[in-house]
Order: sequence, then structure tokens, then C-alpha cells
Amino acid sequence: MKVTIDGIEIDVPKGTTILQAARMIGPQVAPPAMCYYSKLKTSGGYCRTCIVKVTKGSAQNPNPMPKPVASCRTEVMDGMVVENYTSPEVIEARKGVVEFLLINHPLDCPVCDQAGECKLQDLGYEHGSAKTRYEFKRREYDMIDIGDKIKLHMNRCILCYRCVKTVDQFTDKRVHGVIHRGDAAEISTYIEKAVNNDFSGNVIDVCPVGALTDKTFRFKQRVWFTKPMDAHRNCDKCSGRVRLWLKGEDVARVTARKDEWDEVMDTPDGKSGFICNSCRYDHKRKTDWVIEGPSPVNRHSVISQNHYQHLNELKVQALKQQKALGFMDINKKP
Amino acid sequence: MQLTNRRKVVSDKHQTLSERIYFPAVVKGMLITFSHLFKKRPTIMYPEEQREIAPVYRGRHVLKRDENGAERCTACGMCAVACPAEAITMESAERKRGEEGLYREEKYASTYEINMLRCIFCGLCEEACPKEAIFLTDRLVESEYERETFVYGKDKLVEKIDQRIDVTKRQTPEVIEFKKRPGLKHNSLFDKTQIDRHRKPH
Repeated sequence: MKVTIDGIEIDVPKGTTILQAARMIGPQVAPPAMCYYSKLKTSGGYCRTCIVKVTKGSAQNPNPMPKPVASCRTEVMDGMVVENYTSPEVIEARKGVVEFLLINHPLDCPVCDQAGECKLQDLGYEHGSAKTRYEFKRREYDMIDIGDKIKLHMNRCILCYRCVKTVDQFTDKRVHGVIHRGDAAEISTYIEKAVNNDFSGNVIDVCPVGALTDKTFRFKQRVWFTKPMDAHRNCDKCSGRVRLWLKGEDVARVTARKDEWDEVMDTPDGKSGFICNSCRYDHKRKTDWVIEGPSPVNRHSVISQNHYQHLNELKVQALKQQKALGFMDINKKP
Repeated sequence: MQLTNRRKVVSDKHQTLSERIYFPAVVKGMLITFSHLFKKRPTIMYPEEQREIAPVYRGRHVLKRDENGAERCTACGMCAVACPAEAITMESAERKRGEEGLYREEKYASTYEINMLRCIFCGLCEEACPKEAIFLTDRLVESEYERETFVYGKDKLVEKIDQRIDVTKRQTPEVIEFKKRPGLKHNSLFDKTQIDRHRKPH
């Protein structure tokens, strides 16, 4: 099926959603997504961040769709033409969506541990406005401890349901979910029952905001002062492939490896990349791990601050330039 | 070929008689020296006398408290990341129950250090601070005998509760309005025209 997104045509199999097709083209056309998570079944359709405009429904029926559609839940048709960033209408509508997401979200990024790797923060910078128009009191909840390792800060939750689906699909027993409805909806465990099974820590990784945070890392470091390193160890429960966030020689925290869409990466042999709690919480010595090397970090991310990942490349380039200009090679002995 | 118009022609001509006896040149030099006895002295006898400095002078930092006396700093690290000299380090801690009067936010800086030998007094920390906590003041960093003592901790940086440091001159409505100007870097992220540049993959 041929589909055109922002003027770029791509051939995709039947059943692909617009969002997946856009991601196949690349980040220049892929709409942002707060609730959709490709590794989780039935995720998506809640946040409306990924809305796009369909200007031509299909080759058979070239009529445009009347309203912007959620690209994570809309499947492509042959000959469909989609506008994302090229449509000012979509940008404007998305700005509205961001404003809605931020209605109850506290603007406490200086306090929040997620700052620097928060998708809502990025979205706010890219599409939101600098000021809030909301004049009423934001919803407020007490903080809840989900087990002894996870802190739930319900004020910051945007109800993306990712954590609920993670626990549903990756652990054997579901003990937390969304209670109440609409504006009063909140994530909760059944009577604050502790979530304790081997993969419960993954809810921290899937949370797009700072609602679920690692208590062993809470307030310890700002993420951009730590250095991400890919590492692995032999683990009988999970793949053991993780990202270590180092501060000097200390392991500040351990997370799963994430791809460019901020989703947990599968291993090269196709296994799930979600990591177990033992890897996440109990192995916080550098000697526990085999370090593979620095993790790739987007140059525009604040985490790339003072991390010279491409230093060697730069050196080689500079040497080449110098050689081309006829400079003397200072490393060469006469 | 003339490469520059500043070249000087070197000549090897011999000195004249007045140049050879040196005495006129010595007298000329001494006249300049003694004439300074009758001129206004530019030296300022610090610390008895102090030079008048602008109210927005960028001197020694202060960590402000809010109107209730609670520390404003929440250890967000924006100052440290903005610092071009990497002079600022901090550690954060969680506010405990009952400490609401000490710290304004739920997180606070348990240690906050500025190395005054590294600091270049550029004021970027002040500009980056989202909580209006750190300000540069018109005070000077005092001289010390040991290098270690130039690392200022919270004991020297946080203002004393009974000796508040006035920074209102740096926070006039004009200054706050100026910070909102679209040309400034921290506002440009909200500029729509910047979205494309920001998003493009490298």
C-alpha cells in the first residue's frame, strides 16, 4: 500500500497504522506520541498528540477525512495522503492537545526527576506556549509508594495507560490499574497493594512523564549530570542488556535501553528488552556489569551536555583537514 | 610587492650628538615622571576607599531565601549546566516533614558549591535559574590564603536570615520584561519558526 506523508511516499504492508508508516520514513515526519507504545498491545488512542490530517482518504475515495485523526489508531489505505508537520492546522491542533495535557500537570520540572528525558517537556517546548491559561487549582494527590522501589506521583500523571498495559502484559499478575473516571481518574494499586513481581520496575521506563519514578534514584542526580553507558550481564530472568547512568565510577541508576522513539529496545535476536527488577535495583556496582561503551544520545538532548561521544571522529576529521591544508603532522616523529 | 602598509624601513644611520650624550632624553623622561606629582592620583585606596560600582555589577553570588525565609533553590541543576566554567556543583536531598519553613520546594540542595577560582562571573547561572534563587551581587569575593577556601559552600552563599541581600535592582519590572524578549535564547524555543530546526535529525 502506498501512502504519502508530508510529501514523502512509502510502501507499507496492509494493517500498518499511519504512525508506524511515518516512523518507517523517519523522525522528520513521525508525529509525537505520548500514550502509544509499539511494544504494548492495545496502547494508543488516549492522548491525541499524534493527530494528523488526512487530505486524501484513499485512491478509491479521494475525499479528505473531516477531522484530524489519531495516527496511532488509523490504518493506512492505498493512495492515502497525510499531512503532519506541513499542515499548520495540525500544529495548531496539537498545541491545543498539549495545553490540555498540561492542564493538571504541575509545572515543577526543576523538582521532577524526569526532567531532561521527559516527553511532555519536549512536547511543551516544541508545541506549547510559554504561559498557562489555566486559572483554577490543579488536581492534587498524595504521593503513593508502589512497593518499596517505585514512587507514584499522581499529580504528574497524564493517564496514558502505558504502565497499566505493561503490568498487564509483562507480569503474571495485574495488581494496579486506573480507578474512577474522567477528570477524577487515577492510577492506583488495589488498596495500595504493593506491586511486587520481577518485571514491575518497567513501569518506570514506559512512563512518558515523571509520575512513576525510581525510588533508588529519586533526587539523587539530574539526568544530564550522569553519563549513559550500554552494559550487560548474565541474567536468568531477562536479557540483561541495560543502560547504566554513571556518575563518575558510581552507577546512579539502571534502565532499559531505549530507541529513538523513547521505547524499550528489543535485543538484536528479537527478545524483549524489558529488564527485571534484580538488574534494575540490585546491581548498582560498576563491577557487576560488562560495559560496552557510551550510549548514543541525540545531540539536541540536554543529556548530551559535556559528553563528547564523537571525540575520536572529530579528531580524525581535524587531522584530515590539517593534512589537506598542508600542516605538519605533530604526531609523526622526524 | 607590498604586503602591508605598516612596514618600517630599517635604517642604520648613526645617532646624532644629542642622542649620543643621552642627557636630553633622561631629562625628558624625568620631566614626565615629576609632572605626575602634580596630577590627580588614579589609585583608589581599597578597602578604606571603594570604587563606585553599578547596581547590576556581577560580583559574589547569593542564594536567596523567599519572603518566609525558606531557601528558594531546588537543586534543579540549570545553573550548573549553564555554567561555562563548570564552577557549580550540587547535591540534592528530599525535604522532610516539618522542614517546610526551611526549604520552599520538596527538593533542596543539600550541598551547593561554587568554585570562585573557576567562576568567570558571567551571570549565566542567574539567567538560567527558574526559581529566582541565585543572583550575582555587587559584593566582591574576598582574598584568601588557601585555594580550598575559594570553594564557597552553602554557609557562604545562602543569605543570612537577618542580613538579607538586596537584589531588587536586578529584578526591576524592566529586567523581568527584558527576560521575556523573543530574541533571548531561552525564549527562542517557544518560537514557532524554530520548531523545524529543533526537530531535524542530525
